[in-house]
Amino acid sequence: MIPMVSYLALSTLLFFVGIYGFIARKNMLAMLISIELILNAVELNFSVFNRYLYPEQMEGMFFSLFGIAVSAAETAVAIAIIINVYRNAQNIDIRHVDKLKG
Amino acid sequence: MEFTLLIVALPLLLFFVLGLGGSRMQPRVAGIIGTLGMGTAAALSYAAAIRYFFAEGKVEGVFREIIPYSVEWLRFTDKLHIDLGILLDPISVMMLVVITTVSLMVHLYSLGYMRGERGFQRYYALLSLFSFSMLGLVVATNIFQMYIFWELVGVSSYSLIGFYYAKPSAVSASKKAFIVTRFADLGFLIGILVLSYYTGTFDFAALNGDKAQLVVSHTAGASFMGISIASWAMALIFMGGAGKSAMFPLHIWLPDAMEGPTPVSALIHAATMVVAGVFLVARLFPVYYFAAPDVLTMIGYVGAFTALFAAVIAITQTDIKRVLAFSTISQIAYMMVALGVSGYGDHEGLGYMASMFHLFTHAFFKALLFLGAGSVIHAVHSNEMGDMGNLRKYMPITHITFLIACLSIAGIPPFSGFFSKDEILAASLHHDKLLFFVLWVVAGLTAFYMFRLYFNIFWGKAKTYDGHHRPHESPLVMSLPLMLLALLSCGAGFTAFSQLVSSNGAPFHTHIEWEVAALGVAVALLGIALATKLYMRGGELPTLIAAAMGRFYRAALRKFYMDELWLFVTRKVIFRFISTPIARFDRRVIDGSMDGVGWVATRLAAAVKPFQNGKVQWYAFVFVLGAAAVAIWALCL
Amino acid sequence: MNILSFFVIVPLAMLLLLFAVRNVAQIRTIMVVGASALVGLAAVLAVVFLQQRAASPEAMLLVADTVWYPSLNIHYAVGVDGISVLMLALAAIIVFTGVFSSWNMPREYFMWYCLLSIGVFGFFISIDLFTMFLFYEVALIPMYLLIGVWGTGRKEYSAMKLTLMLMAGSAFLLVGILGIYFTTGGSSMNMLELAKAHIPILHQYWIFPATFLGFGVLGALFPFHTWSPDGHASAPTAVSMLHAGVLMKLGGYGCFRVAISLMPEAAHELAWIFLILTGISVVYGALSAVVQTDLKYINAYSSVSHCGLVLFAILMLNQTAMTGAVMQMLSHGLMTALFFALIGLIYGRTHTRDIREMGGLMKIMPFASVCYVIAGLASLGLPGLSGFVAEMTVFVGAFQHSDTFHRVLTIAATCSIVATAVYILRTIGKILYGPVHNEHHLHLTDATWYERVSAVGLIIFITLMGMFPSVVSDIISQSLEPIIARLM
Repeated sequence: MIPMVSYLALSTLLFFVGIYGFIARKNMLAMLISIELILNAVELNFSVFNRYLYPEQMEGMFFSLFGIAVSAAETAVAIAIIINVYRNAQNIDIRHVDKLKG
Repeated sequence: MEFTLLIVALPLLLFFVLGLGGSRMQPRVAGIIGTLGMGTAAALSYAAAIRYFFAEGKVEGVFREIIPYSVEWLRFTDKLHIDLGILLDPISVMMLVVITTVSLMVHLYSLGYMRGERGFQRYYALLSLFSFSMLGLVVATNIFQMYIFWELVGVSSYSLIGFYYAKPSAVSASKKAFIVTRFADLGFLIGILVLSYYTGTFDFAALNGDKAQLVVSHTAGASFMGISIASWAMALIFMGGAGKSAMFPLHIWLPDAMEGPTPVSALIHAATMVVAGVFLVARLFPVYYFAAPDVLTMIGYVGAFTALFAAVIAITQTDIKRVLAFSTISQIAYMMVALGVSGYGDHEGLGYMASMFHLFTHAFFKALLFLGAGSVIHAVHSNEMGDMGNLRKYMPITHITFLIACLSIAGIPPFSGFFSKDEILAASLHHDKLLFFVLWVVAGLTAFYMFRLYFNIFWGKAKTYDGHHRPHESPLVMSLPLMLLALLSCGAGFTAFSQLVSSNGAPFHTHIEWEVAALGVAVALLGIALATKLYMRGGELPTLIAAAMGRFYRAALRKFYMDELWLFVTRKVIFRFISTPIARFDRRVIDGSMDGVGWVATRLAAAVKPFQNGKVQWYAFVFVLGAAAVAIWALCL
Repeated sequence: MNILSFFVIVPLAMLLLLFAVRNVAQIRTIMVVGASALVGLAAVLAVVFLQQRAASPEAMLLVADTVWYPSLNIHYAVGVDGISVLMLALAAIIVFTGVFSSWNMPREYFMWYCLLSIGVFGFFISIDLFTMFLFYEVALIPMYLLIGVWGTGRKEYSAMKLTLMLMAGSAFLLVGILGIYFTTGGSSMNMLELAKAHIPILHQYWIFPATFLGFGVLGALFPFHTWSPDGHASAPTAVSMLHAGVLMKLGGYGCFRVAISLMPEAAHELAWIFLILTGISVVYGALSAVVQTDLKYINAYSSVSHCGLVLFAILMLNQTAMTGAVMQMLSHGLMTALFFALIGLIYGRTHTRDIREMGGLMKIMPFASVCYVIAGLASLGLPGLSGFVAEMTVFVGAFQHSDTFHRVLTIAATCSIVATAVYILRTIGKILYGPVHNEHHLHLTDATWYERVSAVGLIIFITLMGMFPSVVSDIISQSLEPIIARLM
């Protein structure tokens, strides 16, 4: 069986890649993808802890599923925002989106 | 004696009638209503005087105070309340007569003098207001009532001096008159506050009664800067009187006040309002004498200095009304000196009697002088002596009456001024030789400058007037008051004044002291002779003398630079060194600090604003850093 | 229903009716009828009050109490004594004349005007601290819009400054009110109850300054008066009238009603600090007014001086001086309203308020000029007009204080009467007298009928009060007796 620490290493890696991507990338789609990475890292953690520590329970799994659902909704909203930004600014560079005025 | 209320109330009624309804009346109608009203008041005053002096006033040989009417107007505390009432005693009854008589003459005279002026109705309304205030002042039963009417007198005088409101000089003169007297009134008010704090009353009867025992006992022992409280209070009250009566250095407003119409000068600035200060000191005389004798001495010296000072200036002035103004200052100072040298009771109180006597006679001859001057100004349309001369041919009535007044003020027997002046000189001789000497010199100077005026107007160079501006005698409505006043100036001196007015109410006998009288008349004749020599035929001599006097003459001509001093104090000190810095301070410092609070808030906001820059990735970065910091902190623990 | 509540209901009804109408004639009808109703109501109240007082020895009459928010003991409690009756009458007169002075204003302006009136009247009838504070705030907020929207000059700046400074004051006030509430056991906000409870002396030491300062800002206490010159200068005519005439009185009234009468011990101990400040206000305001060139600034500084005298007299803590303080509030309210009405009138025609640019107006608009002279004379204390009796009562009362310190301060304060004469006469001399400077002014018209109503109405009351002062002073000093008893 693959030791738990490998999963955790993977999820940590994913998490920090996501963080880096979110902070460093200027393309909003890339940032969205980075957020997905972070979320998936978290969900992976949930599943792993559930599987290894409390195999007789299912809460971690459910939490992961729940998180996936939330991230799907969030992606939908984010994509909508990004499309609107594109319509207004003709690009999706985050540096153009620092003013909340209409 | 309840009808005396009408004497005061009638002018007030006239004021409201003429003030509110005047603009809908014919000017002539308004004038006649005013004159008739004042005539009624005068008649009532005469009735009051006769009844007071010869029927009801005297009890057991002493004139007592009668209060026929008194009502509480405003209550401050249980003890202190302002009553409005009428106090009849010898001096107030005498003043009623003087005021209503002169006022009636001025009303009558103005019908001619002010004819065709814009605001004729307003003029009469204001005259009524003034008469009301002055009458209310003299019959005041308590010091606060006096203060109330004192202020009213000030305001009506202000409005009358500034009657020609389109003329900037009249406006500034009225402003100056009001502000200078207001400053003096501040002293008066503080004096009243101090006096009433210690004695717990405003009432004249209580203050004066029983040799001012109340004031003496309540202020005993209290002193401030080495001078007793009673003296402070009475000195401050005298300051109010000095303001209205134009004592040095508060006299500066009076010469400028001549910007008003001439009849107004006759009424206010010669006969009535300017003697209010003398009246005030006389009214509180027992308090001055018993509680603050040092102040009374000071009054004497201030008066003597003012008398001399004003007489010297009067010699150099060329505007005839200004000569008269300075002569008024000098004569009122005479009255002040008389009070200052007076004792209390019977013959001791000769000065008091003399002061009131001079007030009485002076009112008539000075009003006559002003009205005569008005008649001259009316004829030649100028105030300057240079534009006059040789007028005796054109204006005989004015000439004769003016001469009578001049003789009277110079103190030539048997005109009224002689009698009163003689009493003053006699009183001062017995009290203080220095004061006597000053007054004696002033008497000479008075005769000199009055006859300088007289000769310059009516004699002098044979001046010709072109046909169109040929001077003419004034109409009867103007010359009648002149004649009546001339009659009074001749006859007033024969009143047995000491039988009616005295410091303690008890009549006493006076006699003319022949040595004093001789000295006085001699110096007056000397003055007249000198004036005759210098001015009767015109000539160059006066200019030569003036040139010889050099700097002194110029200083006197410029009124010893008192006006410059006044301008310095108001413009430089008050405006530039007090008010302007305060206003700046308010805008810059006080307002600035309030704006500063706003500025600090704005700056603070600006300082924290960069954190909210809208850059999502920056937020995330800071967030991650924070999370890391928390994690590290947690680990270290 | 209690008659007092009508003072709030009438302006509220006016406000609601204004929503329904559009055209100018209807708006004016509503305002005139409503304002007249208020004046009538004040008259009725005076009569009812005098009758009730004859029958009952209570300090507060016509008391009514409705629970509003039980869990915090907030009640809508109303009641009046003689002083409040007079203040209500003053407010009614000024609201009435103010309507005539803002004849040509739009509907929205009048709506805010009504709201302002609700606040003012509500304040004077409340005896519950919370309701009082609530109405106080209601009176402040409309001011911002009235000045900011319909003002002149630097109106946004002035409106903002005024509102912020007064709000800062009311923050102090709120702290003070909560302090009073909690230190007396947190059971009532009713002033009648609070007067019976005793606030511990240690707490009084911070609550008294907080409440006095809170109200003092509105009463133009030095150095928190600077909202007043700018605010008055920018405000439209009727707002200046109402503000200087009534709103500034809220400050004095509040100081007296809340700070002094609920915390007598602290008032005795700490009065000297505020006495110095108010003494400065009195002289400093008058001296500042001497060099101003803008008519409204002159009047604003004059208000600082006169309102300073109100607080000064209140702090003397004796019956005569406090009577004088209330009389000064009435007198200053009336005459300053008259001043602002006339300044508005002049400014509306000449389009300048700079006294250097005017001259000889007496010839051009005699009616307005004579009224201005009367206002000026009232302000400098001519006997027979209201200013004199008020000032003299203050001075005599203050000078009766047994402490030399207080008497010396009084003498210092009396000096202001000279400075007052200087600035009043300077203004009158510059703008009314002399030759006409600007020939465009020659064609100006005199006051219209509605402006005359406003001016004459105020002059009548100024004269009545000046001629028959004992009517007013008796009512006041009688109402002061319970408070004085507590102070002793």
